[in-house]
Amino acid sequence: MSGSGSLDLPAGRPRQDRQAVTRRPVLGRTVPSRALLPWAAGPAWFIAALVTWRWPDADDFPDTNQLAALFLAAGLGLTAAAALRRLSARAPWAIALGLGFTAWEIAQAKLLWLPRPFFGTPQDLLDVFLTDWKRLGDSLLHSLGLLAVGYGIGAALGVAIGVGLGRSLRFRYWVRPLIRLIGPLPPVALLPLAFVLIPSGRLASEALLALAACFPTTILTWSGVAAVDPAYYDVARTMGARNRFLVLRVALPAAMPQIFVGLFMGLGVSFATLVVAEMLGVKSGLGFYMQWAQGWAAYPNMYAALLVMSLMCTGLVTLLFKVRDRVLSWQKDGLKW
Amino acid sequence: MVTTPTRTAHPLGLELDHIDHGYMIGGAFTPVLDDISLTIAPGEFVALLGPSGCGKSTLLRLIAGLEPPHGGTILAEGTPITGPGPDRIVMFQDPTLYPWRTVRGNVALGHDIAGRKDPASVDAAIELVGLKSFERAWPHQLSGGMAQRAALARALVNDPRVLILDEPLGKLDSLTRLTMQTELHRLWRDRGFTAIMVTHDVEEALLLATRIIVFSPRPARIIGDLPIDLPPHRHRDDPRLLDLRKNILVQLGHSADW
Repeated sequence: MSGSGSLDLPAGRPRQDRQAVTRRPVLGRTVPSRALLPWAAGPAWFIAALVTWRWPDADDFPDTNQLAALFLAAGLGLTAAAALRRLSARAPWAIALGLGFTAWEIAQAKLLWLPRPFFGTPQDLLDVFLTDWKRLGDSLLHSLGLLAVGYGIGAALGVAIGVGLGRSLRFRYWVRPLIRLIGPLPPVALLPLAFVLIPSGRLASEALLALAACFPTTILTWSGVAAVDPAYYDVARTMGARNRFLVLRVALPAAMPQIFVGLFMGLGVSFATLVVAEMLGVKSGLGFYMQWAQGWAAYPNMYAALLVMSLMCTGLVTLLFKVRDRVLSWQKDGLKW
Repeated sequence: MVTTPTRTAHPLGLELDHIDHGYMIGGAFTPVLDDISLTIAPGEFVALLGPSGCGKSTLLRLIAGLEPPHGGTILAEGTPITGPGPDRIVMFQDPTLYPWRTVRGNVALGHDIAGRKDPASVDAAIELVGLKSFERAWPHQLSGGMAQRAALARALVNDPRVLILDEPLGKLDSLTRLTMQTELHRLWRDRGFTAIMVTHDVEEALLLATRIIVFSPRPARIIGDLPIDLPPHRHRDDPRLLDLRKNILVQLGHSADW
């Protein structure tokens, strides 16, 4: 060790270190092998529009011309997207969808291969959205409201209970047996009881949804908190951290990857519980709408409700993953939803 | 490379008085520390040498206040240590950076715990360890040496009166290790804190320390206490260091021939 403070950092070192910063490969942005593919998307939908418009329907179906106009609009939109070079990766899907609608239109609206009313035509589906959008939208809002309250409470409760189980021996002693007894029970099994015990059907459903979201969140939060490297606590403690900091700023962020798995699983169970609750008890929501549509043999309405429900569920899962990607941006690699 | 930081106001002196400690391992009590008494003067750089697993790291945990000793007392300036505190910061063998915080966020940890806002001192610490261009990187993007330097900055931000070093360079490659030894030594000289370092590396101890304590195998007892009466700027090939090295190796039970 010679010299005064001049040995500090040999010039070669930082360069070697810089190579340690790995670059993430950019996924999902493949270069289109054929630049012409996007231009085929518009025509695929023009074909759908033409078939719908010019080929006479096999029966008296509603809204055939409106459907043709819709296909035409989609074709124009996709052509514009191709011109603006915004379509490269999604072009194959856009083409396949256009051809799929054409096939469906021919098979059912023009040739009527499958028995009505169980199998509808594209224009039947469109008609439901055009005539009954208000009730569908209302049902969607009811379902979303129920989910937001039930899932929100359940998820928050699950994280809190999970942290308690992971950090406190006394809490674990008293709560663990209860979790083991109630947790694995499918929430829908409690539905009849809940509707008897809780006078408001809405409140009963919210409670069940909370229960549905709570169990997976609890278990995975617990497992995440229990797996936190004890050295993380030591580092904070040596700087004088108290329990509050250790829970909120060490245990929780360290357990976050696991917590999100729990939140995702809880969301799935919540969806199932929601539909059953709406079919059996609550007199609103998408589940109720479907039940009603089936009762009146209004199958297109049922398909429409199913489509809306699927969009709602996938939208909520997407939202959860967006939040997760933001919160867990520090992770080396994540799953792409 | 950077402006010399201010010296630590008061390096802490420590007094270990008849420390006993042990753990329950597999249902049986295993003594780890046996009657350790040691007085460390403010500003000393003490290296703790001993066979692997003898209990040196345990002693550091006790000094840090992470655990209370089973027997005996540890006094800091005459006051018993009852728990951890930001005047005694530990630097561990692993960097243990929080993966969910950036380098800068990790360095600022002590400030966050204390509820203090002092970005200037965070800047200074990051610059001191040469990580300015990496302050927004995530820990998984750092090499081992960079991560350990970030951990050093995280310790220094607290302006510790004692820096407790638990084999902090043990897992680094030999070149990075040489650089870090130089940096550590410079920091200790510039800032004047008390340093207590566990190491397995006799040469490292000889280069950095003003005093070397040699421990027996577990349960650890002090079997040697050597003041290193050499100037602060030492050279690895100094014949006096080689003599001391032989001496210590003999104390640790190795023949001096090799």
